[in-house]
Amino acid sequence: MGDLDLATLSLRDANKRLHAVTHKSNDLAWQLTNPRGAHAIAAGLDAPLSLTIDGHVGFYCGGMNKQAEITIRGHAGPGVAENMMSGMVRVTGNASQSAGASGRGGLLVVEGDTSSRCGISMKGIDIVVGGSVGHMSAFMAQSGHLVVCGDAGANLGDSIYEAILFVRGKAESLGADCIEKEIRPEHTVVLTELLEKSGIDADPADFRRYGSARRLYNFNVDHADSY
Amino acid sequence: MTVDPRALKASATFPPQVVAEIQRAADEGVYEIRGFAGKRSVPTFDDLALLGASVSRYPLEGYRERCDTNVTLGTRFAEKPIELKIPITIAGMSFGALGANAKEAIGRAATAMGTSTTTGDGGMTEEERQSSKTLVYQVLPSRYGMNPDDLRRADALEVVLGQGAKPGGGGMLLGHKITERVAGMRDLPVGIDQRSACRHPDWTGPDDLEIKIHELREITSWQVPIYIKVGATRVAYDVALAVKAGADAIVVDGMQGGTAATQDVFMEHVGIPTLPAVRLAVETLKELGLHRKVQLIVSGGIRSGADAAKALALGADAVSIGTAAMIALGCNKPVHLEDYHALGTEPGFCHHCHTGRCPVGVTTQDPDLEARLAPDKGARLLQNYLTTMVLELQTLARACGKSHVLNLEPEDLVALTVEAAAMAQVPLAGTTWIPGKAY
Repeated sequence: MGDLDLATLSLRDANKRLHAVTHKSNDLAWQLTNPRGAHAIAAGLDAPLSLTIDGHVGFYCGGMNKQAEITIRGHAGPGVAENMMSGMVRVTGNASQSAGASGRGGLLVVEGDTSSRCGISMKGIDIVVGGSVGHMSAFMAQSGHLVVCGDAGANLGDSIYEAILFVRGKAESLGADCIEKEIRPEHTVVLTELLEKSGIDADPADFRRYGSARRLYNFNVDHADSY
Repeated sequence: MTVDPRALKASATFPPQVVAEIQRAADEGVYEIRGFAGKRSVPTFDDLALLGASVSRYPLEGYRERCDTNVTLGTRFAEKPIELKIPITIAGMSFGALGANAKEAIGRAATAMGTSTTTGDGGMTEEERQSSKTLVYQVLPSRYGMNPDDLRRADALEVVLGQGAKPGGGGMLLGHKITERVAGMRDLPVGIDQRSACRHPDWTGPDDLEIKIHELREITSWQVPIYIKVGATRVAYDVALAVKAGADAIVVDGMQGGTAATQDVFMEHVGIPTLPAVRLAVETLKELGLHRKVQLIVSGGIRSGADAAKALALGADAVSIGTAAMIALGCNKPVHLEDYHALGTEPGFCHHCHTGRCPVGVTTQDPDLEARLAPDKGARLLQNYLTTMVLELQTLARACGKSHVLNLEPEDLVALTVEAAAMAQVPLAGTTWIPGKAY
């Protein structure tokens, strides 16, 4: 296992070593200790490695991740796994705002809660949150899935496009153009798979689905007060 | 009863165009959305003149003595700054707003001239990357098509906080232009009216921006320069904060800057002109001791070598063109008149980029219209125009006795109007008076 200790190693050097890993590398298992809330830890990884980070991280941990499986044993600052392309990022604690922002693929699991704007502008990423999400989550969400096992804050899914949202608890309010929709069998299949992959124990039957009413996709004078 | 023209008294407050706009608004119930750029009259570089050499200055021979034009951008932190042969770059214009042929033509022309071109709010196309030797990749609030592979194959990054045509507003691309390919790149449904975010999704405020830039540097291994682009409003604050956030270079886009689509009211009423913006940006960089260390690129209504010369004289390191590049490609050219008429306009007045029915094939995704702009032909036109701009720039610099265009300085300028003197902080012609400064 490769060891990276940020008490003795600079962030640049740590990321450089992780960036040097390829699918042909002998050592695909890595551990990072003493993250001390540093920003941009493991940003831009592009190899099928697994990385465990022991401690709390700052902004953008796992940003733009491709292929790698990153586990943060602690809490994560804003923008964890922002623009993730593939792979997986797991946060065992809570995540701050904009978790998984503009993510295009892969799976982000936050076992605790997330702050506001979780899944903002998401473009294909799947996000599973064991707890609750803050206000304006899935704002302008374009595609992918957001699963919230707790409650959702105000204005969930404001200006949502084709992303699919599942909430087990209560959504404080829905944003512009976001509506509740029926859960059809195909949705239950997806939700069941996501919960299983996330290792979060929840009954798919307890969730509600939300998505776009598609009323704001084109300008319409009679919808002016919806914006 | 016949109309007596002597009895017709027009209203200054409600002239015919205002009357027409109020009645259009009453009919349609929505603001006017259009392309091109602001059309109102504002102080411009035309309101400045250069002081050619005389007894107190020594000119260079126009056709015999060198006047260099090269510029290096991104020298502050990046390991690989950009080396350009000319200080005129091509501004960001999206694939989607422009067709693929136009983007390819621009890339080829920029490459032939040894300058850079820039992506836009739609991601990077393969044609654009292949045709552009030096390509600046924009990081926009929408993050359409954003991915680490394109970040790493870009020659510079440009974090866009705003643009001159609509500072404080996001991008806009109406449904006619959201074709299957455009929609696919942006991960949007085909045919929707795309209204991009105006704020970035994962940071808020200058302190966060600094951290965001740090992340981008980590992902790109600190190799490429990172620009910050702002629409010109509170320029002094924005430039200072961009410096603080870690920019290698700053792009300041004045209110004459163009767009493929936005609200007319935005273009005409928000922002400040490029003329005062460049002076404010330079002043701020000088106060910080970073003029020429953090490079300044100025855009917004740059049309000629004269505009470029005056912007450089005020202290910019380079200028950037967008609308002018489109015009060189054929925008508003008097051809295919029937297609202008179908849009209800005439060559010289067209601002219908937002419709996707561009008569000359520049701002369209329609295959038949786009075929009117072959990439090689477009590249040649733009190359010719850039060559002309550079010749003009060198001519003016030599006349001021400069062996490099970046040696132009404020002392080479006078203002022709009081407003321009105040905005550019150069003397009113024939006087030593700079408004706001004591004699």
